[in-house]
Amino acid sequence: MLEYARWKYYLVAAVLVLGLLFASPNFFGSDPALQIARKDHAAVTPDATKDIEKFLTDKKVHFERSYVDKGRLMVRFADVPDQLAARDAVNGNDNYQNTYITALSFAPRTPEFLRSMGLRPMPLGLDLRGGLYLLFQVDVNSAVNQALEGYAQDARRALTAANIQFKDVTVVSAGSGGRPDAIRIILPAEADLSAARNALSQPLQGLSVSSESLASGSAIQAAMSPAQIKERQDYAIQQNITTLRNRVNELGVSEPIVQRQGLDRINVQLPGVQNSAEVKNLLGRVATLEFRLEDTTDNAYEAAQRGRAPLGAKLYTKTRIGRPILLKREIIATGDQLTNATVANTQSGIGVSVRLDARAGENMLRTTKANLNKPMAVVLIEKRRETTQVNGKPVTRDVTDETVINDATIRGVFSNQFEITGLTAGEARDLALLLRSGSLATAIYVVEERVVGPSVGSENIDKGVTALIIGMAGVFAFMAIYYRVFGLVADLVLLANVVVLTALLSMFGTVLSLPGIAGIILTVGMAVDANVLIYERIREEIRKGVSPQAAIRAGFEKAFSAIADSNITTLIAGVVLWVFGAGLIRGFAVVLTLGIATSMFTALMGSRALITLMYGGRRKPARLLI
Amino acid sequence: MEFFSHQTNYPFMATRKVWYTLSAVLMLISFGSFFTRGLNLGNDFTGGVSGHATFSRAPSVDEVRSKLVAAGFHEPQVQNFGSSRDLIVRLPPQRESASEIHDKIEKAVKGVDPAAQVAQLDVVGPQVGNELKTSAIWALSFTLLLIFIYIAFRFHTWRLSFGAILAVLHDPILVIGLFSVTQTEFDLPVVAAILAVIGYSLNDTVVVFDRIRERFETNRRLAPALVLDQSINQTLSRTIMTKVVTSIVVVALLFLGGPVLRGFSEALMIGIIAGTYSSIYISSAIALDCGLTAEHVFPPAHKSAVDESP
Repeated sequence: MLEYARWKYYLVAAVLVLGLLFASPNFFGSDPALQIARKDHAAVTPDATKDIEKFLTDKKVHFERSYVDKGRLMVRFADVPDQLAARDAVNGNDNYQNTYITALSFAPRTPEFLRSMGLRPMPLGLDLRGGLYLLFQVDVNSAVNQALEGYAQDARRALTAANIQFKDVTVVSAGSGGRPDAIRIILPAEADLSAARNALSQPLQGLSVSSESLASGSAIQAAMSPAQIKERQDYAIQQNITTLRNRVNELGVSEPIVQRQGLDRINVQLPGVQNSAEVKNLLGRVATLEFRLEDTTDNAYEAAQRGRAPLGAKLYTKTRIGRPILLKREIIATGDQLTNATVANTQSGIGVSVRLDARAGENMLRTTKANLNKPMAVVLIEKRRETTQVNGKPVTRDVTDETVINDATIRGVFSNQFEITGLTAGEARDLALLLRSGSLATAIYVVEERVVGPSVGSENIDKGVTALIIGMAGVFAFMAIYYRVFGLVADLVLLANVVVLTALLSMFGTVLSLPGIAGIILTVGMAVDANVLIYERIREEIRKGVSPQAAIRAGFEKAFSAIADSNITTLIAGVVLWVFGAGLIRGFAVVLTLGIATSMFTALMGSRALITLMYGGRRKPARLLI
Repeated sequence: MEFFSHQTNYPFMATRKVWYTLSAVLMLISFGSFFTRGLNLGNDFTGGVSGHATFSRAPSVDEVRSKLVAAGFHEPQVQNFGSSRDLIVRLPPQRESASEIHDKIEKAVKGVDPAAQVAQLDVVGPQVGNELKTSAIWALSFTLLLIFIYIAFRFHTWRLSFGAILAVLHDPILVIGLFSVTQTEFDLPVVAAILAVIGYSLNDTVVVFDRIRERFETNRRLAPALVLDQSINQTLSRTIMTKVVTSIVVVALLFLGGPVLRGFSEALMIGIIAGTYSSIYISSAIALDCGLTAEHVFPPAHKSAVDESP
């Protein structure tokens, strides 16, 4: 007798019902929409909504409906030209332009009750719906460099405090990679090496310290371990992601994606964003400040002529004070120690009012106290990557601009709050915004940039979806003709597979892109294959003269090992590509991995439940319609 | 309805030397073409130049595109860019300097709208190609290794693993080779299709292996070549059915999916054909020539302890 455990029926039914529920938001489609958010991040009020609706009606821009979602007004349109016209109209109005940020997006037509349950359709990838894709490379080496500079500074301070003379403290590369990974402290011949090591044991804690004797004295070298370097790099990337998120939020983009990609890259996807130049500039800009004391004992002009700075000092030729300047190597405070920055009107013109964190504030207090009436300078550091064309090939190089923006005598003691002058009004505004959203831990560069127009995107979706539907219809018809009743069962199972897969992808918030569609096609192929394997086996058994019920049982049992092994092998490929692949490969692998799980479930359990329901139990079918 | 009402009995293994030669020749052509002609890489890989053009009124994208072609630009991509009056123009890497290209583009778009302006020109770097290549090579090598181990574990012999890996390598190489020979544009969706091809090929191979395992279990005395022939013949109806059904979707994508999916569906189509062929003539035949016998798959006195019911 052909039977199937009762709990398996319930499991299949439960998965199907849940699958239908979670997949359902995808079936309603989405409309082009305009997202209107207030620049001050306040919620859009019902009155403001009415006002904008009336404005659009007056401008004869046809819209479908509007609603407020998370404080942002979403206006839906029937087509893209209406959406673009509305955007132009709103941005063309001076009043609105000062208050609102607009962003093109897609709004799902999901009914209210599904939306209130938190069910959302799969977000579509930029290749399908348009927008701006930026891939940033994080300069992880300079993050390590910064950490080393910090150690170097602590070492100088510790040696000074312990009254030990030293010649110089520099960042060097001890390893074979040629990248800086250690600091080197050079001591004069008369210095007490063990006392120095003692004094340094606390500031250089965790580093592997070694010493050697030189002709002119001795040297102490402290290196970071590979694990410490990795930790420092990860930290830099994590902090950069946070900062990028903050900056993206200032842009008012709907559904932005900011995620780490691979070892040292961050991928930012901004649906509906068009102005790539402005966005790139704002997101990727590394503008930070450094506060340093001026080195007044040496002559800056001489150093500039020689092109070399004396020991313990750094030469700046690019300045806004009309002369080259030598600054001490010690940094009093840096941009990432800022807790707030705002534009301020000071007595000497427009400037940026900054607030430092406790540690930097304390350091500032100590420095200003000890150096009253001595000059201190503010250095503006900007990093960028220049791409130029040489013989038709793009060549990139990194550029760091370090400009001394002012140099003022310390008139009084101050700690964590003060003003910086020497900037133009525009620079002050930009710098305040950049510093406020959190400075980037280290420089990032755009390595890839893609812009997809929304109209191209929707055309892609329409054609791809039409082709898929026609293809699937062809598959359904063919299966039904070739395997008759069993073919219809296979069709239902295939449909269930697509529903459950869609549900899973929606639950995980997977972004659906072209490679994902490739994954779905492969999955459908695998699901068809599983059914074909089972049915061909059943036919084989029937040809052997086995009774229908026994043929069904044998078909499922004998086909199982083939289905399991082939699916598990492909699953291995899916999981590895998921873990190791980047971007496109990962998009494909996610869908493939989930798809294999759903297709195995639906083909093995779903179709067995259905067929047992039809032919199982006490029935004794004389022949099978297969 | 049934296409295969009686059991076929083709002597696949007898002709394997012929097919080895064919595969070797195809591989040689693929490698030769890949290393001499290379691939016609799409903008995704090569990088290029992109510029932002603003018009006084909404322009026709097609008109702008044809003006650019008339100005001597090869395969310009023109897309709507946010507002209806903004277009983005993307070009493959150019020999001229950025300002020369800028002027040429501006001259071309002014033919559509005299008030049009080209704002700025960006040179987009191709680095992603390199990153994708490295990550893909790592991921694929690791995948192959794990598959080798899994098949060796499930089928108790490295001979089948070796055959499977060769077949899995065979199919994407053939697809890439064909893209190189015909110089069809090789873009990111094609890479996705190649991944799918690997999946299909693997699936096919393992299904045939499963039948080989089963045949060996019941017919330990038969000559291995005969068992392989029987296994392939017995799974032939399934192999062809699955291919026909999958091809229905791929053909629909090929003819109705639009230009974006053209390369993608072509790669899938070629890959499916290659995968069917390789699961018969590469994976199984290679295992046979590695000396596969029943004892390898079923060591004496072995009984499967795995419960194999769903």
